[in-house]
Amino acid sequence: MSTVLLVALGAAVGAPLRYVVARLDGYVPRGMLAVNTIGSGLFGLFAALSLGEAAWALLATGFCGAFTSFSTFAVQAVERPGRAGAGYVVATTVLAVGACALGWLVGAGLV
Amino acid sequence: MTHHPLRAVDVLLVAAGGATGAVLRHLVDAGAPDSLLPWPTLAINVVGAFALGLLPVLAVVRRSRRVAAALGPGLLGGFTTVSAWAGETRHLAAEGHVGVAGAYLALTLAAGLSAAALGQHLARRPEPEEALG
Repeated sequence: MSTVLLVALGAAVGAPLRYVVARLDGYVPRGMLAVNTIGSGLFGLFAALSLGEAAWALLATGFCGAFTSFSTFAVQAVERPGRAGAGYVVATTVLAVGACALGWLVGAGLV
Repeated sequence: MTHHPLRAVDVLLVAAGGATGAVLRHLVDAGAPDSLLPWPTLAINVVGAFALGLLPVLAVVRRSRRVAAALGPGLLGGFTTVSAWAGETRHLAAEGHVGVAGAYLALTLAAGLSAAALGQHLARRPEPEEALG
């Protein structure tokens, strides 16, 4: 199967899954926080596993890429006033990068 | 926040839009020249955040929940990504490019959040007839 089709297939699962989980979002966007944290953790894990081109296209570029969303995060952040918006930005950044690093360590067999 | 009931057709439209957006992201990434700073993802996230903020400017998006789902959480949600942003930041730092990693992280946040705010600002400007009223 072509790389483009595999990306589309992974995203066709990841994007609707995000859409469903994001319904948990209220003033605290806990659904999107969970999605962006879990998706970044899986991305780090897959990066450490040295997947082949096809598996990377399906799982990392397709699924993780479309499961997580920067545009939704950015709009949610600017919609929240002052401290709430800043807290959401810091939480997303720290959790996403932290989960990615942890996922990579797990995949590399270091944790 | 109030939620519409979850409808299967909306979920399918998000899947189709998300697949399209992810393929576009993949093509931008594959077509871009190699560079230390991940410009393709940075550009994708900034453009996507601007477009999502601006989306309500389209009358059809304000009218149709289905079109809004296909284009917002679908197309733009699948186009932009947090996982690649985090992954590229981690990779840069792990390779010893800690300064570049920090700059990439900060640049994405500053440009992406500004773009989303600008898009929203432009979308909220009153239409000419509303301004007259």
